Amino acid sequence: MDMRPDPLIMMTTPAQAPTTTPTKVAANNVNVYYGAKHALKDVSVDIPEKSVTAFIGPSGCGKSTFLRCINRMNDTVASCRVEGLIQIDGKDIYDPALDPVQLRARVGMVFQKPNPFPKSIYDNVAYGPRIHGLSRSKAELDQIVESSLRKASLWEEVKDRLNDSGTGLSGGQQQRLCIARTIAINPEIILMDEPCSALDPIATARIEELMEELRHNFTIIIVTHSMQQAARVSQRTAFFHLGILVETGSTSDIFTNPTDKRTQDYITGRFG
Amino acid sequence: MTDITAGGVSPPIRRVEFDTAESKARLRGRYRSEARFKAYGIAALAVAAAFLIALLSSIVMRGIPGFFQHYLVADVLVDAAKIDPEGKGDAATLRAGDYTAVARAALADAIPGVEGRQLKRELNGLLSSGAGDALREMVVADPSLVGQRVRAPLLLADEADVFLKDSGTKIRVLTDTRGVASPSATTGDVTILVGANDFADDVALVKAELKALAEGIDETVARRKARGATVESLADLEKEAADLRRRYEAAATSETLDTKTASRLVGINGGLVKVKEMTPTLVKGEVIIPLKSTADAAPGTWDIRVYETPESNRNLNDRGVAFLEELKAKGLIESQFNFAFFTRGDSREAELAGIQGALVGSILTLLVTIGLCLPIGVLAAIYLEEFAPKNRITELIEININNLAAVPSIVFGLLGLAVFLNFFGMPRSAPLVGGLVLALLVLPTIIIASRAALKSVPPSIREAALGIGASKQQAVFHHVLPLAMPGIMTGTIIGMAHALGETAPLLMIGMIAFIVDVPSSLTQAATVLPVQIFLWSDLPEPAFKMKTAAAIMVLLAVLFVMNGLAIWLRKKFERRW
Amino acid sequence: MAGWYALVVVALMLAGFALARGRAQSVAGGNYAGMHSLPSYHGLYTASLAFIPALITFLVGSQIAGYLATQSALSALPNDIQSDILRQGAALREAVNIVRGGPVGAASAEVQSAAVNYASALSAGQWITLAVGVLAGLAGLSWGLSRVSMNFRARNAFEKLVHALLWICATIAVLTTVGIVFSVVGETYRFFFDPAIKGKPTVFEFLFGTEWNPQAAMRADQGDIQTAYGFLPLLTGTLLITVIAIAVAGPLGLFSAIYLAEYASPGVRAVAKPILEILAGIPTVVLGFFAALTVAPYIRGWGETFGLNVASESALAAGVVMGMMIIPFISSLSDDVINAVPQSLRDGSYAMGATKSETIRQVVLPAALPGIVSAFMLAISRAIGETMIVVMAAGLAANLTFNPLDAVTTITVQIKTILVGDQEFDSAKTLAAFALGFVLFFVTLVLNFIALKVVQKYREQYD
Repeated sequence: MDMRPDPLIMMTTPAQAPTTTPTKVAANNVNVYYGAKHALKDVSVDIPEKSVTAFIGPSGCGKSTFLRCINRMNDTVASCRVEGLIQIDGKDIYDPALDPVQLRARVGMVFQKPNPFPKSIYDNVAYGPRIHGLSRSKAELDQIVESSLRKASLWEEVKDRLNDSGTGLSGGQQQRLCIARTIAINPEIILMDEPCSALDPIATARIEELMEELRHNFTIIIVTHSMQQAARVSQRTAFFHLGILVETGSTSDIFTNPTDKRTQDYITGRFG
Repeated sequence: MTDITAGGVSPPIRRVEFDTAESKARLRGRYRSEARFKAYGIAALAVAAAFLIALLSSIVMRGIPGFFQHYLVADVLVDAAKIDPEGKGDAATLRAGDYTAVARAALADAIPGVEGRQLKRELNGLLSSGAGDALREMVVADPSLVGQRVRAPLLLADEADVFLKDSGTKIRVLTDTRGVASPSATTGDVTILVGANDFADDVALVKAELKALAEGIDETVARRKARGATVESLADLEKEAADLRRRYEAAATSETLDTKTASRLVGINGGLVKVKEMTPTLVKGEVIIPLKSTADAAPGTWDIRVYETPESNRNLNDRGVAFLEELKAKGLIESQFNFAFFTRGDSREAELAGIQGALVGSILTLLVTIGLCLPIGVLAAIYLEEFAPKNRITELIEININNLAAVPSIVFGLLGLAVFLNFFGMPRSAPLVGGLVLALLVLPTIIIASRAALKSVPPSIREAALGIGASKQQAVFHHVLPLAMPGIMTGTIIGMAHALGETAPLLMIGMIAFIVDVPSSLTQAATVLPVQIFLWSDLPEPAFKMKTAAAIMVLLAVLFVMNGLAIWLRKKFERRW
Repeated sequence: MAGWYALVVVALMLAGFALARGRAQSVAGGNYAGMHSLPSYHGLYTASLAFIPALITFLVGSQIAGYLATQSALSALPNDIQSDILRQGAALREAVNIVRGGPVGAASAEVQSAAVNYASALSAGQWITLAVGVLAGLAGLSWGLSRVSMNFRARNAFEKLVHALLWICATIAVLTTVGIVFSVVGETYRFFFDPAIKGKPTVFEFLFGTEWNPQAAMRADQGDIQTAYGFLPLLTGTLLITVIAIAVAGPLGLFSAIYLAEYASPGVRAVAKPILEILAGIPTVVLGFFAALTVAPYIRGWGETFGLNVASESALAAGVVMGMMIIPFISSLSDDVINAVPQSLRDGSYAMGATKSETIRQVVLPAALPGIVSAFMLAISRAIGETMIVVMAAGLAANLTFNPLDAVTTITVQIKTILVGDQEFDSAKTLAAFALGFVLFFVTLVLNFIALKVVQKYREQYD
């Protein structure tokens, strides 16, 4: 990756809050361009393991863009160019030797709108294990499907209709199905791009509960519009504004004692 | 990854591995299948492109010669006795003159001394029955030419023309003759004695040819037997093979030439003799082009000409070839661009057939089509897009239009036949009926395209017009329709291109008749370009095959221009709202 | 005659427009704002009122004139011709031909006099029509003029007429369908059930007969024992060629569409799309020529090198070329449905670590399946209804075979063969063509209808 750190800009980057848990994802001076548009400017952040990190900020601030850099989903956008260094467990994920297909098996993603495949519930969950060859037998696959659905706390609702189409579920169920689909390949990191924005409050609450359970085993990064949600589910929060990472810190610090004026204005509702 | 808080009982899920040999092999396999899948797509496109190239190149290769025509360009004596014996000099008389006779006289001048009815007929057969047409035009335009010698192009008949275009046979000329040759006569049947064994090689070659023929027949017989053909059905073939075998196995050095083997001619003393029988030292044959004398010809001054393609595999026989070669050697044959192809109607004679009748028929038919389906289609689209209430009737109309777009075209032909011809008693073969049928055929296309164009005009335009007090119709006709016009025109041109290429429904309403005259009204019998192509493609003459391909090139050129125009319109007026 | 009529009507309309507008202008006296409609709307309204009755008179009058002329021609024919429906039709056609100046043979004296009758009756009828039409137009015109006033809502009245015109145009498509149904169903009914038709098969014989030979002698003394109207060989022939065509076009079209929709760079698309569009725009008569003159001999030669006996008009040649015709059809329809699959599904799959081809095969194609199925159905309906390629390359032999190297015939070829050239409308042979047309129309209609419904459902699902 072409990386030319500009010392001046590096100095203006906000200092990173000290972390107690080991770092899972480390970003250093990440710049993203869509064609001529500079969408993300010199983002540097460390994301700790086995916790929930929330990205907040007004729309168009670059938080989703940054999220999609972490599993290289931006590769599918032809006009997109990523500069800078992003490491997972100390390894550069934009290393040409690294295959995005492999990377995405380690970094799962849940999208804004539930997007179950037009297949049965079973096949939706079995999709990842099948393409990655994770099961040696049908019985093992059945087990993976069951345990993934259990972890996504969907099992009880669908165990009798595993062969029904995944698109026939309710919105909240669909989103949990997508989470089950993601954890069926046991990724290390799960990226969630506003996973509750299309859901009603009850479904949202269930997903939030689920995240609380999952964070013991996965590193979770969530992009959210809702500051309340960030406050509820995350341990750490990063605030993005106009393509710049303004401030990161523990969630309680950000919400009670922000250092930057922009963060303060945002969380107090001056804009956003 | 071990214990799970939720569920609790579930065993751990295996994590995707990256560094084991197995996982690497698996990944390689996945990428191989990725590459394979992508290759299928490229291959599919390549096949489609290859097919298109094969199609176009095959048409062009066949069609290019169809645009040219060979002429005998000679100094023609415009004989007053044949053109205007009474010296009237008016246009009608000049037009009625016997120009064929003039043309034939010119040909006889070019190859003098040809004797015998059969030979003369074959010589004259090289000229088209319309050979004098160009000359006629020249004379009518300039009556002072009567009695003069003028250089005029005389149209050759299609067999001669095709022979020259295809080079119907390879001709080998052997000039390294060793002996003296002495012919017995200058015309008619002739015997030529040669000193050396000049024809020994040829006799051997003919025997070899006969042997190859016999073996070919044997193979066919064996193949058919293997497939269970009856013995009786093969008897003729076996007899033929036996005859051939007898001929080449015979020790006799004399050999008769027939139409199954390469033809041989002897060029001697300015004449040409077709060999009928030969021994190593003597040939017997008939004179095609008269010899100047019976004098002995020294070695090297006479030659043997071999027409490699057997006569039975050619459309032009040895005499015709010999005459043509002679004319060619005298520099009298010229190939010219065939303008008449665009200015003549159909004809039974391939060299006289042109596409003007079909072109005019197509234009008349399309005029009717566009005159009907453009207004009806646009008005229908306006109704459906702007005024139609959302009810069952509207829905029915819409379903109907979509289904109609996919009804086979021949069914529209049945409609034309049963309704327009039978029920309303309209004339058969007329551009009027053809245009009606095609209008119904392309109407759905135009309605669908016009609706899309109307839909693409933003509602703000309508609202703006309504806002200043225009009625709904005024808003649509004054503001929306002009903005939708480029899209409508694009759809209309594409629909017209479709109509221009359509054949099947027009066959049903009788636009398939052989029509020589160029139609001049909508109710006159006519044909259209695609039907003309269909008619010609059915004819056995190779010259018509060339004309067919040439007519296809014209049709495709018009279609490309129309589609290009549509694309240009779309690009030029493409508007992003 | 029609030209004169049109001229007179146009003159009436122009006069109506000018008079009514002038009158409206004088009524308004410069106070256009106080008038409900602009003067030109009064003009347009009056012109329409002149046009409509004149048009109706023409349509009705020319039909009546034609009928009366035919009756008058008939009366000149001797009784024996009048009683025989076939000879009567032939004589009438001949007489009409004489009048129209078309191709005529040596006509008998009776036909000549029939022609004279026909011509005079027709001309009289046309003149009367013209006179009545002018009167009707004038009546409409004067009524329109009488309505011109400050408060008359000429614009609304005229717009009502325009609205009616729009509605009529929209229903012409429906009328076309009605016309098709009327022509094929009526003649098909006669084919099976009209007692006057000799040599016709029963429905059962038609549907399950294995022999098709409508060309056998028609003359009474030769009997009609040889004629056979067994539909099965045509069905198998049509299906055989269709199967070959789809076997060629299905994979090629689908893979082209997948490549263009998912892989191709804009540059490749800019080249490949026009290629497919050109292929789609090539008239079928050209493809037929290519099939008969280039592909068929090639396949035959290729078969011979393998010791296979290939008919010179093999189903394979026609099927392959028809497949080529259908490639752009399948590829453009499939391209549309593949593009309609939402990007979020692809993203979901990529995010699972799937490769592009895995995503396409396991997510995109299953999602697009209904649309692709209907694309194939439309393509099948195309192949069944295609005429020129099979007419030129598939031949006439009604063989009941599934061997692609044999010659077969199809429904469309038989329709074309029977109906091209002179035909009597009262023979079983001609009516058989309409029965075939009925089958063709019915089958393609069902295929299209289902396919369009499926596509519509599919579009709604992802819109």
